[in-house]
Amino acid sequence: MEILLAIMTGVLYAGGIYFILRRSLVKLIIGIVLLGNGVNLLIFLMGGLVKGKPPIIPEESHHLEGLYADPVPQALILTAIVISFGLQSFAIVLIKRAYKVVKTDDIDAMNKTDDIE
Amino acid sequence: MSTLLFAILSSFLFAILLFGIGQKVFARISWFASILPISLFTYFLSFLGPTSSGETFSYLTKWVPSAGVNLDFRMDSLSTLFTLLITGVGSLVFLYTMKYLKGHKYLLRFYIYLSIFMGAMLGLVTSNNLISLFIFWELTSISSFFLINFKNTERASRKSAITALSITGFGGLALLAFAVLAGGLAGTYSISEMLNSSEALNNSSFTPILLILLFFAAFTKSAQFPFHFWLPGAMKAPTPVSTYLHSATMVKAGIYLLLRFSPHFGDNEIFSTVLITVGSITMLFAGFHTLFRTDMKGILAYSTIGALGIIIFLIGIGTNTSITAAIVFIIVHALYKATLFLLTGTVDHQTGTRDITQLGGLKKHLPILFVAGLLAAVSSAGIPPSVGFLGKDLIYESTLHGNQSILLTTIAVITNVFMVFAGFIVGVKPFVGKVTEKTIEVNKPHWLMWFTPLLLAITGIVFGIFPGIIEGLFTNSISQQLSGSEGMHLKLWHGFTLILLLSFITISLGLLIYFLWKPSSKKVRFMEGFNIASPKHILLKFAEYFEQFSYFLTRVFQNGYLRRYVMILLVLLTVVFGVHVFINPRVFLSLKEIRGLEVSEIIVCVVMFVSILYTVLTRSRLSAIAGMGVLGYSICFIFMFYGAPDLAMTQFLIDTLTVILFVLVLYRLPKYLRLSNNTNRIRDGIIATTFGTFLAFTIIEIMNETPIKKTTEFYAKNAYEMAKGKNIVNVILVDFRGFDTMIEIIVLSIAALGVFALLKLYLKKHEK
Repeated sequence: MEILLAIMTGVLYAGGIYFILRRSLVKLIIGIVLLGNGVNLLIFLMGGLVKGKPPIIPEESHHLEGLYADPVPQALILTAIVISFGLQSFAIVLIKRAYKVVKTDDIDAMNKTDDIE
Repeated sequence: MSTLLFAILSSFLFAILLFGIGQKVFARISWFASILPISLFTYFLSFLGPTSSGETFSYLTKWVPSAGVNLDFRMDSLSTLFTLLITGVGSLVFLYTMKYLKGHKYLLRFYIYLSIFMGAMLGLVTSNNLISLFIFWELTSISSFFLINFKNTERASRKSAITALSITGFGGLALLAFAVLAGGLAGTYSISEMLNSSEALNNSSFTPILLILLFFAAFTKSAQFPFHFWLPGAMKAPTPVSTYLHSATMVKAGIYLLLRFSPHFGDNEIFSTVLITVGSITMLFAGFHTLFRTDMKGILAYSTIGALGIIIFLIGIGTNTSITAAIVFIIVHALYKATLFLLTGTVDHQTGTRDITQLGGLKKHLPILFVAGLLAAVSSAGIPPSVGFLGKDLIYESTLHGNQSILLTTIAVITNVFMVFAGFIVGVKPFVGKVTEKTIEVNKPHWLMWFTPLLLAITGIVFGIFPGIIEGLFTNSISQQLSGSEGMHLKLWHGFTLILLLSFITISLGLLIYFLWKPSSKKVRFMEGFNIASPKHILLKFAEYFEQFSYFLTRVFQNGYLRRYVMILLVLLTVVFGVHVFINPRVFLSLKEIRGLEVSEIIVCVVMFVSILYTVLTRSRLSAIAGMGVLGYSICFIFMFYGAPDLAMTQFLIDTLTVILFVLVLYRLPKYLRLSNNTNRIRDGIIATTFGTFLAFTIIEIMNETPIKKTTEFYAKNAYEMAKGKNIVNVILVDFRGFDTMIEIIVLSIAALGVFALLKLYLKKHEK
């Protein structure tokens, strides 16, 4: 499974990068979303995969012992998911606004400030 | 000796004080500025007695002790000579400027620059610490830049200033490298202490590099071939600056450096050979060029370069006599060249031209100035009883008694012939001959403008008649200090010797050229024809191409296209990954421990793969967003399988929200166009796939390593005991890393505010 997920991460990165290299702003955002998912998966993999053992201390115990999923990458990813949502929603609205003003979606047409009257 | 520290730094304080006075007030009390150099001159005169009998004074205060950098000032005979030159010529230049630039808008600014320069120069010649010497060295370059650039509305001035700064600045860097290297070899930055380790300096494998750096620093500063060309350019500065910086003091900094280090390196074969060679080339080259100039300052610039060459040449010979000759010649040159420069300034000020072909018959209007010019020319030519005669005498004395005496003497004679010519053409030619258009009516200059050059010229004659003054005050003690034995006995009359004959030949040949050779603009143009081969031309062309190259490089990297920035970074990263993957193919070695796959896992992965492909390949915006949503949910499942219920929940929520948001604004979004052509798409596809593949390989490789679980174990042990929580992920977020979470909330709020503003605020009219 690790190998399969490693390949999936690679595919996510590839897809994300391909979209980031496009000229359309919408594709750029989708690319960032894909890449973000890839990064999350990568961090998750780095912690090591443990099946069905969430890092929750059992009722009767005060410590977590034995085999359990690593909580540290999970905490990191949780933060990452939330922050990337902030980024995405702002970016989506920004694109909408930018399109309204400059009437284009092409990044290449947006790299000069002087064109806007 | 803390007064020494104060004296050296007082110029900088004075500059600040001047700044505080303000332009309007200063214009009325411009004499005030001259207080500084005059009082410093008097102060440094007090060192003359003790240092000439071999005493030294030092003042040390720790500056950056950990790096061995100290404000370590040391006054010995050599330093005294230079401080007196700096403050003495400085006093006259300060006084002269008062009238020369009278009423100039930026007079105050000029004096501030001059004061800073003077402070830097004093620091340079008194520093005993190599690093602080470097700092003062650079300060002189910088103040010189501002002074050359004083008429900053003229393009030529700006260009000359930048040329001068880049050349001397490069030299400064070499000096820094020299300081660090020499400091490392000797174990100290103190110049006087370095003398004890001259073994280490001379016998190291770094010695050639050390010397090259030293030469580079000295030759750029003292305008030696092939770096000489910044000096004629620097003549764009107002004449007092040329007098002070580019003739009497700053350009002598390189010479000071070489003199200072001649005890360290004097016995080194490379040291003497290079100095003699470069000095000779510079002397001849510059001397020859004086023939092809009509601008008085241009002639003086080249004769200055020639004189600097002579001094370097003398240091290179390195005998007792030649060091004495060098010291005497420094004094000689400072006196007559400053006179000639100031005279040029006055002539220019009164007639409005410095063109030698347009000047003549000025002696009727400016008789006293003519006397000064004549005396300076006499000194320049080395006609007795001037101090110049002494200097020239000693030069021949040094070249005759040594190796290669015939060759070196010939070079010296030829150069001196040009010096005679240069002195007379500037000091005498404008005053004699026919009155020209420009000199029919000439106003009388202010007395300061003829008195200052006259004073210098007379000093030259006095020193010549009483050579004991120079000997007693400077040459003996400096020679003692630099070569360990007393210098030559100076006297005006040696009897009828070979040297006297050589002197006679030099003077007559020089005068012959003066009477026969008429500088003209035609000859100037003829010489300009050879510019293509000149170091200046080559270096400037190089600079031009370098600029074009960096322009090209900037256009490639800073092209303004987001994609290309990303692409360059990615390609680089891909190469790094790729090299790693190909060099260490241990990826497939230990994968036996992988557990078997379950059907549910395979299904999730297939769904993921398909949804990614669909998102990337579809031509519809809605489909792409849907694909993205499906992808998010399948990642959700993976989190769920592998013990991360919190992640699964968050991912589920956020994914849903993102998709909803996208769909909400979808129809306001631009059409999903194919903007790039197929070639670009294929290229990007290859980059992306390669990167993804290499990344996957690297991940598999990393997963073979056992992760370090220290942090994890800490949380597992303490989550309940310290934070009273059983869900460790939650405990980390709200307790152990609570501040991070709070800041995250702030970030989200800011994003929310941004979203609100972008959605709700109306466009201004001009934006619609």
